Amino acid sequence: MKSLEELRAIKEQMRTKIGIRNDENAKKRIVVGMATCGIAAGARPVLNAISEELGKRGIADVAVSQTGCIGICQYEPVVEVFDENGEKTTYVKMSPEKAVRVVNDHIVNGNVVTEFTIGAVK
Amino acid sequence: MYRSHVLVCGGTGCTSSGSAKVIEALENEIAKNGLQEEIKVIKTGCFGLCAVGPIMIVYPEGCFYSRVEASDIPEIVEEHLVKGRPVKRLLYKETVENDTIKSLNHTQFYQKQKRVALRNCGVIDPENIDEYIAHDGYEALAKCLTEYTPEQVIQIILDSGLRGRGGAGFPTGLKWKLAAANHDDQKYVACNADEGDPGAFMDRSVLEGDPHAIIEAMAIAGYAVGATKGFVYIRAEYPIAVKRLEIAIEQAREYGLLGKNIFSSGFDFDMEIRLGAGAFVCGEETALLTSIEGKRGEPRPRPPFPAQKGLFGKPTLLNNVETYANITQIILNGPEWFSSMGTEKSKGTKVFALGGKINNTGLVEVPMGTTLREVIEEIGGGIPNGKKFKAAQTGGPSGGCIPAQHFDVPIDYDNLISIGSMMGSGGLIVMDEDTCMVDIAKFFLEFTVEESCGKCTPCRIGTKRLYEMLEKITKGEGTLEDLDKMEELCYYIKNNSLCGLGQTAPNPVLSTLRYFRDEYVAHVVEKRCPAGVCKDLLSYEIIADKCKGCTACARKCPVNAISGAVKQPHVIDKSKCIKCGACIETCKFAAIIKK
Repeated sequence: MKSLEELRAIKEQMRTKIGIRNDENAKKRIVVGMATCGIAAGARPVLNAISEELGKRGIADVAVSQTGCIGICQYEPVVEVFDENGEKTTYVKMSPEKAVRVVNDHIVNGNVVTEFTIGAVK
Repeated sequence: MYRSHVLVCGGTGCTSSGSAKVIEALENEIAKNGLQEEIKVIKTGCFGLCAVGPIMIVYPEGCFYSRVEASDIPEIVEEHLVKGRPVKRLLYKETVENDTIKSLNHTQFYQKQKRVALRNCGVIDPENIDEYIAHDGYEALAKCLTEYTPEQVIQIILDSGLRGRGGAGFPTGLKWKLAAANHDDQKYVACNADEGDPGAFMDRSVLEGDPHAIIEAMAIAGYAVGATKGFVYIRAEYPIAVKRLEIAIEQAREYGLLGKNIFSSGFDFDMEIRLGAGAFVCGEETALLTSIEGKRGEPRPRPPFPAQKGLFGKPTLLNNVETYANITQIILNGPEWFSSMGTEKSKGTKVFALGGKINNTGLVEVPMGTTLREVIEEIGGGIPNGKKFKAAQTGGPSGGCIPAQHFDVPIDYDNLISIGSMMGSGGLIVMDEDTCMVDIAKFFLEFTVEESCGKCTPCRIGTKRLYEMLEKITKGEGTLEDLDKMEELCYYIKNNSLCGLGQTAPNPVLSTLRYFRDEYVAHVVEKRCPAGVCKDLLSYEIIADKCKGCTACARKCPVNAISGAVKQPHVIDKSKCIKCGACIETCKFAAIIKK
């Protein structure tokens, strides 16, 4: 270890990896439906894509968790995003690519991706 | 990127209640479900709530599972990790409230605590230096080496008001200043991890949960006093702590945080571990240093103090583990931050190991000045089975008993001494009404008799004679004169012993004599043990009116001391009775009493 900068670089890199352990830090929550219906429809790659994207962007204050079946099996994979104020957005028929967009637009920039929400699907 | 972290306590407490098996089951089950890439299992240090171990926390939810068994793991993985439904039945009771799950920090046990020395215990993976760095690790060392002169570092420690956490409470900054003032071609810093008090385990937990904090602090101390070599003296009975410290030292060397020219400052520092064989006297500073040198661990007279002539005749700075654990935080947050906690003369926080008759056995850290009542009733969860609090023992065999009337005294170094006890390393043993104070004094004396190194006469023979007098009293053979003689002998031992072991050994006797003299008198005059502990003063009797003659006790008695016909009241033959108590446990009609 030659300098403080070197130390800080390790620190920054690790911060996002362990930020998950500060449960009071979490401002937003992303919940993926992982019941049988969700898993069958491909919820797992969606979940992984979300974790990957958050990691890539170094976002540590968003908690990712799963939930069971919420009853709209025909729309799985379902992803719900809870904002700081508790407001819920329900995204349906998700794919890993769509999930990455939700992270970028909704989580990072605060813009709901209206076209993926439950209100938009026919 | 893992979406979930599962932290399992790998401290000594939870390891002995089976956390290794839990981790194994967890890893197997995670692999079986193909979740290795999504979920990370981390073995941490002690969370503090040893009473409900093995302990496990699942993030990001922060669900706190207690008393987890390997057989519970498939359910937790299937329900919680796969489907996202916490298994409420296995969560720590207090965290489940009206169907919502509370964070651990909002439980009674953690709410009142202020974790400084224990800040990383149960939070990081102690075997991963990167996790320590993520929690500001080694930044204090970098700051000292690049921004401060050694004198400035010492001034910061002086200003913080930190006092030695090993027991005596000597101002740490002053100790550093004295060690820095002595010049020699080689100086040393040493760490006292020879935690010998029965019931105290905070040093072990810090080393198990946050070993890098000690390495970093010792390097800072080395820089401040001008030492390039450090020794950690740790007992061989702490295998997990030794192993983690070894790993940590190795990792620090790899990163160049130990070795030559640290942070390009020109400062060199390295350290080694020395294992102690577990003699209580080796916690005394001169004995400890002698033992590191490879000689028999015996104390020697001071002066010269270790700061003048310590290890191998060179100036040496010796601090306790918990003292070191505070250093990095003082450097990072400033001395004002530290001195804003605590009382006028005792700054900062103190870790206590709660043991004995208390619900939440474990480790707690509170600001100095917290009352015994807060620690025992609020954080400790009170005394089990609705029993009454009788006394608390602080400072182990060197400390004394604090009776109920001092329940609201703010705990700090000076207050404890004024009420006849001492801080010691922070063991806190709670006693309820079923504890005999004479017996407790005898228990601690037995320990010091055993552990006295034998070098000086007052301690070697004095403690033995004192023990014999206590034994005489518990057998009902004591006289009132003995009580006065005991007191005199206590002061003689205190004033004439060579080292801290002898100087404090009579404290348990003196403090119980001071606060519970009536119990001693009951033993001597009435030949009665009020708490019903001292066997020789007890007798078991059957109340004829209550006895149904079921013969259960007679069949259970190992020495056939109980006789009587079926459906007739039985009697105990006192000449045969060995007072084992088996009959009381057997009797369904509460017909047997001991008095």
